[in-house]
Amino acid sequence: MSVVEAAPSQMETLEPGPRRSVGSFLRDNEIDTRMVGMTLILLVIWVLFHILSGGTFLTPRNLWNLSVQTSSIAIMATGMVLVIVSRNIDLSVGSMVGVVGMVMAILQFEWLPPVLGLGNQWIWIITLVAGLALGALIGAFQGSLIAYLGVPSFIVTLGGLLVWRGFAWLTASGRTLAPMDATFQLLGGGSRGSLGETGSWIVGGVACVGIVAFLVMGRRRRRKFGFHVRPMWLDAALGVIGCVVVLAAVWVTNSYYLPENLARAVAEERGIPWPEGGLQIPLGIPYPVLILIGVTLVMSFVANRLRFGRYIFSIGGNPEAAVLAGIKTKRTIVRTFMTMGILVGISAAVSIARLNAAVSGLGTLNELYVIAAAVVGGASLAGGIGTIPGAIIGALVMQSLQSGMVSLKVSAPVQDVVLGIILVTAVAIDTTFRRRAAQR
Amino acid sequence: MSVSFGGVHAVKDVTITLREGEVLGVVGGNGAGKSTLIKVLAGAQKADSGEIFIDGEPVTIHSPRDAKNLGIETIYQTLALADNIDAPGNMFLGRELTTRWNTLDDSSMEAATREIMGRLNPKFQNFKTPVASLSGGQRQSVAIARAVHFNARILIMDEPTAALGPAETEQVRELIRQLQREGIGIIMISHDIHDVFDLSDRISVMLQGKLVGTVNRGECTMDEILAMIIIGKLPDEVTTKELEQLHG
Repeated sequence: MSVVEAAPSQMETLEPGPRRSVGSFLRDNEIDTRMVGMTLILLVIWVLFHILSGGTFLTPRNLWNLSVQTSSIAIMATGMVLVIVSRNIDLSVGSMVGVVGMVMAILQFEWLPPVLGLGNQWIWIITLVAGLALGALIGAFQGSLIAYLGVPSFIVTLGGLLVWRGFAWLTASGRTLAPMDATFQLLGGGSRGSLGETGSWIVGGVACVGIVAFLVMGRRRRRKFGFHVRPMWLDAALGVIGCVVVLAAVWVTNSYYLPENLARAVAEERGIPWPEGGLQIPLGIPYPVLILIGVTLVMSFVANRLRFGRYIFSIGGNPEAAVLAGIKTKRTIVRTFMTMGILVGISAAVSIARLNAAVSGLGTLNELYVIAAAVVGGASLAGGIGTIPGAIIGALVMQSLQSGMVSLKVSAPVQDVVLGIILVTAVAIDTTFRRRAAQR
Repeated sequence: MSVSFGGVHAVKDVTITLREGEVLGVVGGNGAGKSTLIKVLAGAQKADSGEIFIDGEPVTIHSPRDAKNLGIETIYQTLALADNIDAPGNMFLGRELTTRWNTLDDSSMEAATREIMGRLNPKFQNFKTPVASLSGGQRQSVAIARAVHFNARILIMDEPTAALGPAETEQVRELIRQLQREGIGIIMISHDIHDVFDLSDRISVMLQGKLVGTVNRGECTMDEILAMIIIGKLPDEVTTKELEQLHG
């Protein structure tokens, strides 16, 4: 019994035929053409800066620094994607970084050391947990105002932008707090805050095993259910590309060595005599990047594999349909903002650890970079559309442009002009592209 | 099986009854209160007063989930699909299948969707694209599949054929007859008196939030129903003159 005829034009595109385009081939095999395009654009930007800067951009040192600089924005961008997908916005994340960072700084700088003793191993753990809890609390509070009182998120978080910035100042009366706890500092990367050579290769190896396992399990599951299975060569190619990218990244981080003065200090510490040609100690993967990788995996899991994530997308796609499907949309919105708050906590920890200080202006304008990263990464402010990896690439694009221009000695005002224009252009192109895709 | 209630603000003291395996047509002009009536049954809107009975037992419906748990499925005129999500995601929205780790089991959901679509609409193949990119008829079949899959005892259809072409309409009609044979009670809301007259066993007519009356299909003419819709008079109240005026 057939109920409804399928539109013939749409059926034809599915028939395997000799004249299929590359695009539809990729779509049929569930490869996100948008992500592929964005990655290519990122590579073009990198190569362009490398040429313009006379060969200083694509160096281990610069890429290592780029990855650390991107982390704190990218961590928040993974949450902002979900907020934007749910048809909301969070303008308060920059100020939240300020107040959460300040509270974490006070905890480890003033409150905990007298109780636990300076340098106690619990200090960084308690501080971090408290920071995440505070972020979650602020997120839940703002989310409740949005969901239960119906105040638009733009207004609630615009208010939050002012309120939390004010609290950031009030917490320490505008003082700068430094230095941070010695262990806590490692969260920010820096010369000691990275995995080292062996550890980095292990992480790279585990990642490769993970990629292969993911592809193999995917094939097995598809075969079990009798779904279309990707051609073997395509899965093999994906596996090879994935592993090569991972191992290349590890190789890059391991090709960046401790500067000589720090290497000398390490040599002294370990009682190694200073060798003739100098000591090359690879830094490996910086901890903030490791945190970002963890956050990305968790957030992708939340977005794609949990009901919570599915509900956020359904609310963004059609809020009324979500309610009629029996989804508790208000609770989902509160939890979305809570998630955002927790990520702000992580990001604030990375920021103060990297600066090794907390200032009341910490995180100023972060909201704009975070939103820009999410949007450049394909999140639609109309809601319902956005991906976590897209936001990471968006953050990388924005940060690459910025550091690239710094390396070209472009003045700060001109940098802002360029970034602003690129943000609008990227979204304009994306919108046009999507409209065309929808009309087809 | 009976469903009755009364006294919603847009609907005043309306009582309707649905028997097992019966198609009850609910007709009326714009603002007659048809949609409000079914929203209450579907749990999308609260009644100010009134009662609902299923199998003679009083039940409470405070949310769409309550209604679904009682076996009441609704196909809305707007279809209520999340456009950015694929067909299996929409089919199971709010009732996702999960693995033992409590994560979404997309493969099982897709398999179940393929199976039911194989019965309802064998040509349907777009299981991985957001439903926004599907045709009107395909979207409709997703909404119908969703209602049918969960073993509804009572199916509410709001303007099931309003957005469809003639061929698609005929298929939906055939489906309604099929579901009826399976013993499902169907409440069909429609503007289209022809649809209702062809498919319903009984017809309830509403006007300005009130129930004009419920008649058996075999016992009245289409004109008499038109009279109920427009002037609110039952077949035995209406005069021949008034019936003639309907066509003037």
